Amino acid sequence: MTITRRKTLLLGAGAALALSVPFGVAQAATVDEAIATFTGGAEATEGGISISAPEIAENGNTVPISVTAEGAASVMILATGNPNAEVATFNFGPLAGSRTASTRIRLAQTQEVVAVAKMEDGSFRRANATVKVTIGGCGG
Amino acid sequence: MKIRTITTALAAAVLASVAPADEDADLVVEGETLITRAPAPAHVENLTEVLSGWLFRSDETQALQTDDFDNPGMIFVDQALDTWDEVDGAAGKACASCHEDPSSLAGVRTTMPKVNEDGELWAMEDYVNDCRTTRMEAEPWKWESQDMLNMTALVSLQSRGMPMNVAIDGPAQSYWEQGKEMYYTRYGQLDMACANCHEDNYGNMIRADHLSQGQINGFPVYRLKWAGLGSIHRRFKGCMENIRAEPFKRGSDEFTALELYLASRGEGLSVEGPSVRN
Amino acid sequence: MEGVKPRVKVPKKAAVGDVITIKTLISHPMESGQRKDKEGNTIPRQIINSFTATFNGQEVISVIIDPSVSSNPYFEFEATIPEAGEFRFEWVDDDGSVYEETKSIAIG
Repeated sequence: MTITRRKTLLLGAGAALALSVPFGVAQAATVDEAIATFTGGAEATEGGISISAPEIAENGNTVPISVTAEGAASVMILATGNPNAEVATFNFGPLAGSRTASTRIRLAQTQEVVAVAKMEDGSFRRANATVKVTIGGCGG
Repeated sequence: MKIRTITTALAAAVLASVAPADEDADLVVEGETLITRAPAPAHVENLTEVLSGWLFRSDETQALQTDDFDNPGMIFVDQALDTWDEVDGAAGKACASCHEDPSSLAGVRTTMPKVNEDGELWAMEDYVNDCRTTRMEAEPWKWESQDMLNMTALVSLQSRGMPMNVAIDGPAQSYWEQGKEMYYTRYGQLDMACANCHEDNYGNMIRADHLSQGQINGFPVYRLKWAGLGSIHRRFKGCMENIRAEPFKRGSDEFTALELYLASRGEGLSVEGPSVRN
Repeated sequence: MEGVKPRVKVPKKAAVGDVITIKTLISHPMESGQRKDKEGNTIPRQIINSFTATFNGQEVISVIIDPSVSSNPYFEFEATIPEAGEFRFEWVDDDGSVYEETKSIAIG
């Protein structure tokens, strides 16, 4: 393990707060651009889509998430606090048994995870979930 | 178990907060309930109950271990199954040549590490490599190689649910004493012993991490942090680096002795390997 | 890439019209392109960039994958079963490798 200055300071102060350092964060503009590319500039409204994610992730390396959007043709997932916001885009085919999909994602820090659905009627929906990513005491 | 009053010098670094761990949960894997709490064995002086590390993890991490498909460690067991049948080395043998089905190794994990015929304490990795070099006449695997991790995961799985039960008397006793002494010896710039965190403060938070008893019944473990399987000795090394000590080498006599002592502290807990931790 | 192994969970049997749950996992480091090695050089990105599930040639789901998906990528989704047949799962690696798995399902 490399002892970074930040870690040293934290240890020295006995600090225990999960401070986060904004490194390589996707710019808000990038997130908006990614959404705009997906929606073609159309507005995405709330409702009709849900995203489930843990309130607190024990490790940001593997965070289980699930999205459901009845009537969606595709759903894009974005991690607004990652170096690159795009996470994955699910396209539902004719034999999809539901418009639900689950995966496991990386989150660099505490942040909003956004799901945007393109509905079969051409409209767009979005939902957000905040996931707190803890900084472990024992990286090991 | 409640978050307890902090009693040691660790206090400054310990924070009681967030942990969403469900310490009352039962670990049921594919319909089988594993033993995650057991009365402390007599040779463990300062504990009344031994607790699996699974109990200290968040709901989401706990859930990953309850289903053999959701457990990402199991894909490496699949890889080991392929290796099991592959002939390697000058003797023209595969694992299957001697052991037939992996299930013939049920119970092996519960007794590891174990003193060999020459009186040396060996971890499972040593036994695997002895098979490879002596019987198969193949190259040994590196301690932390994917092949070795896969194979120890496969062998551990054969004992899943069986209680840990290492020999600590007879020829093992001196190794056990060595391991015990290490457990209570302070190392490194932070001047901490295993016991400071895992005996005095388990259940408390160290920054955002929920301290467990440091039990090793779940190894090899799929750690989310590692995004893969890791060995017991890798975890020891990580702990020693955290307390800014010069770690012993993986596979060293020191770590194997410590492994024996820790295995004995988990007597009665089910083998969980490959488990899932944060 | 060597040593990449897929794992898929599909029921062996279903009735016509049933909606079944499918789980998939594949061993892959998903090197994000964000990490550095000990010398400080960026480790080049190498991920699985897409996943597709089809049944008798018809699409169930396809996924465009970015580096924020975890190592050993996992996907869970549902499929409608119109008839007996075969699922085909395909993962595409940045290096051009394609990893495939098939699973048959019977009606009954």
